[in-house]
Amino acid sequence: MKTKALGLAALSALLLTGAAYATDVKIGVMNDRSGIYSDISGEGSVVAAQLAVEDFKAKDKGINVTIVSADHQNKPDVGSNIARQWYDTESVDVIADVPTSSVALAINDITKEKNKVFINSGAASSDLTGSKCSPNTIHWTYDTWQLAHGTGSAMVANGGKSWFFLTADYAFGHALERDVSAVVKASGGEVIGSVKTPFPGTDFSSFLLQAQASGAQVIGLANAGGDTINSIKQASEFGITQGGQAIAGLLVFINDIHALGLQVAQGLVLTSSFYWDLNDGTREWSARYEEKMGKKPSMVQAGVYGGVLHYLKAVEAVGDKDATKVLAKMKEMPTDDPLFGKGAVRVDGRAIHDSYLFRVKKPEDSKGPWDLYETVATTPADKAFRPLADGGCSLVK
Amino acid sequence: MFELLGIPPQALFGQLLLGLINGSFYAILSLGLAIIFGLLNIINFAHGAQYMLGAFFSWVLLTYFGIGYWPALIIVPLIVGAFGIILERTMISRLYHLDHLYGLLLTFGLALIIQGLVRNQYGISGLPYAIPPQLAGGQNLGFMFLPNYRGWVVIASLIVCLATWFVIEKTRLGAYLRAATENPTLVGAFGINVPRMIMLTYGFGVALAAFAGVLAAPVYSVNPNMGADLIIVVFAVVVIGGMGSILGAIVTGFGLGLIEGLTKVFYPEASSVIIFVIMAIVLLVKPAGLFGRAA
Repeated sequence: MKTKALGLAALSALLLTGAAYATDVKIGVMNDRSGIYSDISGEGSVVAAQLAVEDFKAKDKGINVTIVSADHQNKPDVGSNIARQWYDTESVDVIADVPTSSVALAINDITKEKNKVFINSGAASSDLTGSKCSPNTIHWTYDTWQLAHGTGSAMVANGGKSWFFLTADYAFGHALERDVSAVVKASGGEVIGSVKTPFPGTDFSSFLLQAQASGAQVIGLANAGGDTINSIKQASEFGITQGGQAIAGLLVFINDIHALGLQVAQGLVLTSSFYWDLNDGTREWSARYEEKMGKKPSMVQAGVYGGVLHYLKAVEAVGDKDATKVLAKMKEMPTDDPLFGKGAVRVDGRAIHDSYLFRVKKPEDSKGPWDLYETVATTPADKAFRPLADGGCSLVK
Repeated sequence: MFELLGIPPQALFGQLLLGLINGSFYAILSLGLAIIFGLLNIINFAHGAQYMLGAFFSWVLLTYFGIGYWPALIIVPLIVGAFGIILERTMISRLYHLDHLYGLLLTFGLALIIQGLVRNQYGISGLPYAIPPQLAGGQNLGFMFLPNYRGWVVIASLIVCLATWFVIEKTRLGAYLRAATENPTLVGAFGINVPRMIMLTYGFGVALAAFAGVLAAPVYSVNPNMGADLIIVVFAVVVIGGMGSILGAIVTGFGLGLIEGLTKVFYPEASSVIIFVIMAIVLLVKPAGLFGRAA
């Protein structure tokens, strides 16, 4: 990666001598490159950022973009060190992606302190645009509020009144269960029980049996990654969906569904901000992405593309890379890209766009290895995310 | 209907049965570890990675060669076992005269390398592997719905565990193996090729891990870290049973599965800790483990 970065740097240095008034922009894509989130973010996010630079035709517009990348290993201390080094000694202007909420919250603080730009795509915590909001942070792709409301209220509206939760026993799982419970109750449903499962877990059959015995109409999975895969796989084995209970995955990525296979995952309902097969724009871009990565993009990788593209447009419009000016421009200009459509960036840093409720297809309806979802409902951008006034963000007056 | 500590007995039976199923995985994995430790004095930290390889090779056979679950149950342990033999010949055999710690470090490093390579190739999310059609569905036992596949797992692992125990404890070959552990020089003097026997033993232990991997593929997420998540628990099982004790590994494997199953009903939050609590107590009361002989 280093040689690639050096090569790009050398290339931009060469270009610099050609165009005397060019702006140099350095984007640091920081995420998990080897651990549990490396499939949903990882190298794919770097490729997405490169595609954004390509599509923006940055060179023709006198902007020299360098992309560097690093592995934060899902550890806040590692991420903080990289961020400080990038900002202080390597003149990085923007940090993009950063899955894992704890790391994202750390980068959120550092970026504010250094007055740079942080475009988050990978983290879930809605605190990034709520109580912990920062003028320097833009949260692009999704958050826990959106997931809870997207899946929670839709399931209740479809008759899933009583819920039982399988909750991963750590901060993220508890927060997700709390948020979804609130939505379920507000929509007229009830929560009849929950079980805290040790994290990470392998065998969920015992907990699934408790959920089955509860007689709840919906079993909500307040977990992620391998925990979700294991619980869905075993729910199918114990005939839970055949028995009439619905499973709601509250944080499910397309890579998880691909790993499960349709036979097991069929019928699962989930919320996502992006799917490669939404329209011509997403299909065309995802095909280009697939050429480079060999698989379809996740919503996190798509979000890195959308965020970086919007940033570059703002740099062009301002004619400068001064963080304060560019951030103001990003919040002033409407967003528009082939992946997320038209939207906006709010004053609290929340990027808003449509959100989708998908159902996983039956095996006989799927035409290819990545033909996995059918759209159940679309929530328009202004309804998909937490209302500005409810977040408790100090920037909202 | 009467209740036991607030739980209806029917639910309790269900959970006990599930515990037994988890215990089957613990038993096969800890059996492999116990054999390797007992006969080679190597703490095989690569056991989890070898279990993961078992699950991955089942996927590879199915995807690239169209070979299904049943042949994989035989072929995969052979492939992974052969791979284990190569590791033993080229690397592990050089460490027999050194402290346990060196074998532990080597196999730990190997585990990290194997996991890294698989992750690099297939990503972290894992791969799909379906339950064989013959074992799809399940039986309604009245108190719970038992998937056929889970029933098969218990039977298969019981057969494998008992057969292994029988071979090692009751046959001539097993007697040679045990003798070679006690005094390799003397056994060698009787004309028995001790290094070859040790090599095959390691291969067999690894094949057991791979067999558990094939059994796990249809029910657990097949991903590069699947073994790393499980191996710590399995080590605790081996320590409780007594390092190197074959019978101890089998009995504690199933027993701890049951105890863990009960914990999941009464206090789910503690279910990942309970095995380690028991380990600590056993080590305090009986440092050699429940079935171990004091050194």
